[in-house]
Amino acid sequence: MDSMTLIAVASIVTAGLTIAIGVIGPSLGEGRAVATALTSLAQQPDASATITRTLFVGLAMIESTAIYSFVVSMILIFANPFWNHAIAQVAGK
Amino acid sequence: MRLSPDEIIFWQYGFFKLNATIVFTWGLMLVLVVGSLLVTRRLSKGLERSRWQNLLEVIVTTIETQIEEVGLREPRKYLAFLGTLFLFVALSALCTVLPGFEPPTGSLSTTVALALCVLVAVPLFGIEGQGLGGYLKSYVQPTLIMLPFNIISEVSRTLALAVRLFGNMMSGAMIIGILLSITPFIFPIVMTVLGLLTGMVQAYIFFVLAAVYIAAATQIHQPKSEPSNPPGKPGKETPWTA
Repeated sequence: MDSMTLIAVASIVTAGLTIAIGVIGPSLGEGRAVATALTSLAQQPDASATITRTLFVGLAMIESTAIYSFVVSMILIFANPFWNHAIAQVAGK
Repeated sequence: MRLSPDEIIFWQYGFFKLNATIVFTWGLMLVLVVGSLLVTRRLSKGLERSRWQNLLEVIVTTIETQIEEVGLREPRKYLAFLGTLFLFVALSALCTVLPGFEPPTGSLSTTVALALCVLVAVPLFGIEGQGLGGYLKSYVQPTLIMLPFNIISEVSRTLALAVRLFGNMMSGAMIIGILLSITPFIFPIVMTVLGLLTGMVQAYIFFVLAAVYIAAATQIHQPKSEPSNPPGKPGKETPWTA
């Protein structure tokens, strides 16, 4: 295996691992948040506007951690800096 | 496959590039500015009003109430800045239904620029609200030890604002692109509808977070003993913090 193949293998495997592991925490967190919001909606239907608003904002903030791992994995696949560096090295030789 | 609309270049002359991000940003600015100019040219004060004036009034009053609910006392002062942020992000998310349109917020340059605007605006509003000394004192608020952490949080929340908006808008376009190659029928439409919802929620979040940061900066720290609320407006004093 030359260095290009190594970089490709490492990038692809790491991208998969990044999104797979990075999504576990936010999904558990979102589940907890929705469950708690549903409980409080059932207890206080009058406050539904505030609860829904806060729930949406909170969900998007929890989700953003998953989005960060998604961005990292997309960078690893489509805009890999090491890949460009290796190509430049090979072309320079 | 490309990550951002920065890579579509329409015109290039030496150092100057005209890429899709800039073109669509200008297009959105044109739509917003010319649209509201046309509507506000003939405003009526009476009960007879055009439907476009009605639309604008609904938007403005909704944004105003939302700003007030976050905890800012005079929403009119912050309406221009926060409303512009919201309208730009929301319109760029809504226009993704148009074929050929690439949302400019799907480029990291645009979102970083928007987040930098928030980074600059928060100290300005804070100094205006409680004076230079009062604002600087808020950095050492619990103790002096918290000074570096407060500064770090200022920077990291700007980064989080930018990357959150970029990631959401970029992932919407990316997922639709990937799905088009797997299931070309119907399912991408469902994802487009979901992308519209996410885009609106992200616009709202960007706006609310900017409002919360400004509210935290302009809030004057008072001793707990004296009642800080005017009577009749209870519970609006402390904004929920993110």
